[in-house]
Amino acid sequence: MSSNSQTLTPQATPDVGGLAPVAEGRRRGRPPAEPAAGQGRKKSLMARIRRDKVMLLLIAPGFLYFVVFHYVPLAGNIIAFLDYKPYLGFVDSVWVGLDNFAAMFQDGAFWEALRNTLVITGLQLALFFPVPICLALLLNSIVSNRIRKFVQSVVYLPHFIGWVIIVAVFSEVLGATGAVPHLLESLGLQRFDAMTTPEFFPFLVTIQSIWKDAGWGTIIFLAALMNVDQELYEAAAVDGANARHRLWHITLPGIMPVIILLLILNLGSILSVGFEQIVLQRDNVGPGAGEVLDTYVYFHGIQDGQWGPAAAVGLVKGIVGLILVLGANKLAHLFGQEGVYSNGKSK
Amino acid sequence: MANPSSTLVAGLGRLKSKDTRPIWMEKPKPAIQVSKAIALVIICFLALYPLLAVLATSLSSQSEIANNNGLVLFPKEPTFAAYQTIFAGGVVTDALIRSLLITTVGTALSLVVTVAMAYGLTRRDLVGGRFFLMTALFTMLFSPGIIPSFLMVKELGLLDSYAALVLPTLMSAFNLVVVRSFFMNLPQELFEAAKIDGAGDFRILVQMVLPLSRGVLAVVGLFYAVGYWNAFFNAMLYLNDDKWPLSMILRQYVLLGQPMGDSAVAEIAVPSQAIQMAVVVISLIPIVIVFPFLQRYFTKGVLTGAIKG
Repeated sequence: MSSNSQTLTPQATPDVGGLAPVAEGRRRGRPPAEPAAGQGRKKSLMARIRRDKVMLLLIAPGFLYFVVFHYVPLAGNIIAFLDYKPYLGFVDSVWVGLDNFAAMFQDGAFWEALRNTLVITGLQLALFFPVPICLALLLNSIVSNRIRKFVQSVVYLPHFIGWVIIVAVFSEVLGATGAVPHLLESLGLQRFDAMTTPEFFPFLVTIQSIWKDAGWGTIIFLAALMNVDQELYEAAAVDGANARHRLWHITLPGIMPVIILLLILNLGSILSVGFEQIVLQRDNVGPGAGEVLDTYVYFHGIQDGQWGPAAAVGLVKGIVGLILVLGANKLAHLFGQEGVYSNGKSK
Repeated sequence: MANPSSTLVAGLGRLKSKDTRPIWMEKPKPAIQVSKAIALVIICFLALYPLLAVLATSLSSQSEIANNNGLVLFPKEPTFAAYQTIFAGGVVTDALIRSLLITTVGTALSLVVTVAMAYGLTRRDLVGGRFFLMTALFTMLFSPGIIPSFLMVKELGLLDSYAALVLPTLMSAFNLVVVRSFFMNLPQELFEAAKIDGAGDFRILVQMVLPLSRGVLAVVGLFYAVGYWNAFFNAMLYLNDDKWPLSMILRQYVLLGQPMGDSAVAEIAVPSQAIQMAVVVISLIPIVIVFPFLQRYFTKGVLTGAIKG
């Protein structure tokens, strides 16, 4: 589930919680790297700037990028309070207060987009989420290293294929002339075009997500599985526990913290569906089934020129999404997990 | 198990050593072994079949596709006609060259900016270091939204320029964290020794840090490259069709089925299914070529780098 079409992020989330310099120094048990002179904190600010000038110069382009393309546009959300006209610009457009937000709540298309978003993310949570876990359990039970690595390579590959290609590939297989309708017909069932049936759309999107990312999603669970104490298995086996007992009483409790953590983080991103994936296929099924919040903003704002109202929807979605992610992180803390900030792209 | 990151690190260590069945583990019943094998075959089939179907169609003649009602499993007489048509010059060839250039230049720029910032942030008592780090990290939590981002690119005068495909996605905070973590886990004593010998910060980066970081640079470079190669939305938003990369050509002519411009395939208004699928195959080739080459770095480079924090 992703809101941001522009970043490519693998499943594993970085351990941002541990990045604070203090925590780092403590955990790594190593004194902070001081300059050779060893004068450290007592240096004056100017002296430190002089010492760090190369480092600061190296940071500058990246810092500038984040400011220009993330923070300044963030301030641009002010447009949600304007009756924005491109030819008037930000300064001369009329300030309308909360009118755009009021319009949003009265717009049936907005509620439809919200409903579609929740249906799709809910379905993904129910159908997608368990797949990487089961796949990881299966892979983990393979004794042969070579077979396991081969299967891993095969299931990781689709993660790197872009949505345009994936939609084209799915049209070829599920579309009117594809293999699946042929198969359905030969089984005596009614053939239908999975790409253009509105009722099927949430399932179609979920199936595509599973095909693309379920394999990649196993990485985090495989690592967790490898870490379950092997001596527990041995002791249990000696005591007569069979494979099913061991799975139920050792493996699953062992990886449960990771499962709960990822579940919470996914709950935090229920307002975000893969934008690129949906925007490519929305017109196949029409906005009634295919419009989600992100595509609503795009089509109503940039395509139809209703800048203010669409920006209001985008802003509300962004704020609620941020609260959900932060809340999810808090919840993960309560479950005893180290804070893991996700950018909502854990699928 | 309180800490998922230590879980991952410790787990990776064991990944290699687990090759033979432990003594205590009973041999599974044949029925279970068979069903597992069947499951694996089905999984691999589901993952690969769609790609093979595309390849098969792209190698079929128009008449064979028509005779089979659109479905070809194995082309009886494989033909490269579709590819010849595409590479005869025109829209697809141009777009392919553009995509390769955008991906190369974009990946290089992204890597330079990411490495520079990541290295700068490795100094623990850097002036403003925490501020710079947090500025980057917070971008993982929010997205400014489609409309403000679009207006930013417009205000900067980047509409209809290739820079609009690269600059807005120049760096991801995730990749920054991965590279920085990797740098911080290198043996710092080496660099301190070099510093005593009079080497400057920049020289240490170029001559010592980078040569030790090939794995992580390969992985992060792959992430950036795949991102640029697959991106279509920025091109759709910002560029006129004479500048479109391959991904937009794919969307226009394969997904929307619009006729290719007259220069591409003069005799066929609407491109045949074989030609459409050949375009898909061409888009897939760079990914399939690069993937196995870099795959060995994934579990090693990405995870260990990303999670040690």
